[in-house]
Amino acid sequence: MTPRELMFYADAIVAVMTAAVVVLNRNPVVCALSLVLHLCSVAVFFLLLDASFLFAVQIILYAGAIMVLFLFVIMLLDPAGEGVVGRTGRIQVSVAIASAAVLLLGAAKLVPALAAPDQAAQPAAEFGQVMSVGRLLFTSYLFPFELASILLLVAMIGAMHMGKKGESE
Amino acid sequence: MADAVPFGSIVLVSAVLFVMGILGVMIRRSALVIFMSIELMLNAANLVFVGAARSTGSMDGQMFAFFVMAVAAAEAAVGLAIIIAIFRRRRSTDVDLMSALKW
Amino acid sequence: MIDLLIGPGVAATLVKIAVVLGVVMTVVGNIVLVERKVAGWIQDRIGPNRAGPWGLLQPLADGIKFIFKEDVIPGQAFKTLYMVAPVLSLTTALTAFAVIPFADKFVILGRQVAPIIADLDVGLLWIFAVASMGVYGIVLAGWASNNKYSLIGGLRSSAQMISYELSMTLSVVGVLMAASSLRLADIVNAQAGSVWNAVSQPIGFLVFMVSAFAETNRLPFDLPEAEPELVAGYHTEYSGIPFLMFYMAEYANVILSSSLMVLLFCGGWHLPLIEPMLDSVSPAMAGLAHLGIFSLKLGAFLFLYIWVRWTLPRFRYDQLMGLGWKVMLPLALINVVWTAFIILAGWI
Repeated sequence: MTPRELMFYADAIVAVMTAAVVVLNRNPVVCALSLVLHLCSVAVFFLLLDASFLFAVQIILYAGAIMVLFLFVIMLLDPAGEGVVGRTGRIQVSVAIASAAVLLLGAAKLVPALAAPDQAAQPAAEFGQVMSVGRLLFTSYLFPFELASILLLVAMIGAMHMGKKGESE
Repeated sequence: MADAVPFGSIVLVSAVLFVMGILGVMIRRSALVIFMSIELMLNAANLVFVGAARSTGSMDGQMFAFFVMAVAAAEAAVGLAIIIAIFRRRRSTDVDLMSALKW
Repeated sequence: MIDLLIGPGVAATLVKIAVVLGVVMTVVGNIVLVERKVAGWIQDRIGPNRAGPWGLLQPLADGIKFIFKEDVIPGQAFKTLYMVAPVLSLTTALTAFAVIPFADKFVILGRQVAPIIADLDVGLLWIFAVASMGVYGIVLAGWASNNKYSLIGGLRSSAQMISYELSMTLSVVGVLMAASSLRLADIVNAQAGSVWNAVSQPIGFLVFMVSAFAETNRLPFDLPEAEPELVAGYHTEYSGIPFLMFYMAEYANVILSSSLMVLLFCGGWHLPLIEPMLDSVSPAMAGLAHLGIFSLKLGAFLFLYIWVRWTLPRFRYDQLMGLGWKVMLPLALINVVWTAFIILAGWI
């Protein structure tokens, strides 16, 4: 087993376990912290897949900014932990289990076809580095880039307006 | 960069994480935890995008994942603002209580 | 990048880690003494001089005191997070040192050595990633203490840190534009070719310095841990070794920001007067000279940190946040435009 495979398995175990804690734990603060660990494990996945820029951005943006926002909201609202499957209706549970089964069966069918390690596809040295991402962002992906910045501006204004005190409606 | 992670394994892990996200959205009642499960799903999708980028050798998958992250940031900001606004009225984040628009 | 971790140089990397950690922790221990001595001189008194000649054994005495103090855990505190928070703070503060180059590549014993633990391609982004994880140590300490002053202090401190992260990152964009690379060694070499970034981008330098002061929770921005206002803020309930870890994490962050200021804005290990002389010396001597220059500049910035702390009064919290969002952020944007102008005009 190569070191890269070993790291992949360890990381997959961490990702699945932290996701389970997010879904099952009663205390929202514990769920949020587990999600932070999960996001860091996904960042390690990106690193294993030769996406170094996305690795850094995932930690800076998701784990370092979005989850801090989540934690702030949880600590300021201080909601009481609620039961996990307390009054959940049978419809929700059956839909959840049915969709889970469908997805996992589909993935299991797909896995043998894709399981061959991609030795032939050796990427360029610049693959996933900041320079290639930057170059693409300002050439082929310029329009989505500008749209995304407008979206972030709109979201910022909207969030500030909705979060202001004195807004009871 | 001698050997790569097989794309099939990435798809399997991502499917498992996506399914856990769906379970979280379906069975939890706290709006905040539902939000976190949505983030789980978004990250599972990002994982498949980046895996596909590595497997085909094209950077498009990584660019897509980048834009998904930007949109997720915007969505988290606005969603949390909405949850705060609702909390101010109802003093609770239990989504089963927010049934005023039900038929 | 991944092959650096699991490649053939694992033993070399472990040695480098041991050296860097040893040096950083020693400096952290001694900077406590330097701070108290300089504070004494600024306040027209002597400072500690009882423990050993000129007070040189004071850090040892402080360390022994902390080890022997009882670490009290409050009754209703969230025990796991309470103990994890200081470890998280110290770990993130020290992990960021992995990408700091202390000198140029030099040849010693026939082998080329780069005095940097991990030469990542996304070098500077690693520091920002680890710094944004450092916020969690503070916010968790504040929440897990089950104390309303700690919670307020923790939330204020983390809000301050994430606000100033923005202006810090934007002020560095100018440096990145000038160097066209994220690797810190490349940034220093770009400054060696032309003028230092502190001279060509003074606004960026100023914004980075102020943001670094705010990021490390040092005066004049240390309201979240101010004794008269908030009973020590997020580390109110901590004592003994957990408190020592927070203390060390703060000084490690100070050393990290000072090294960043030296590398990004003040030419790193490069001194324009000495460079011609170093061409005629053996590479090992040149490497040592570079290391010495870097240490001198680092020492100057550490002295600046201490000097500012004991000279300026504290900002009120709303003044602090207003400064970060309404002054530093626009200034950082102006710096980006200015840097673009001087690059296109060919001045650097």
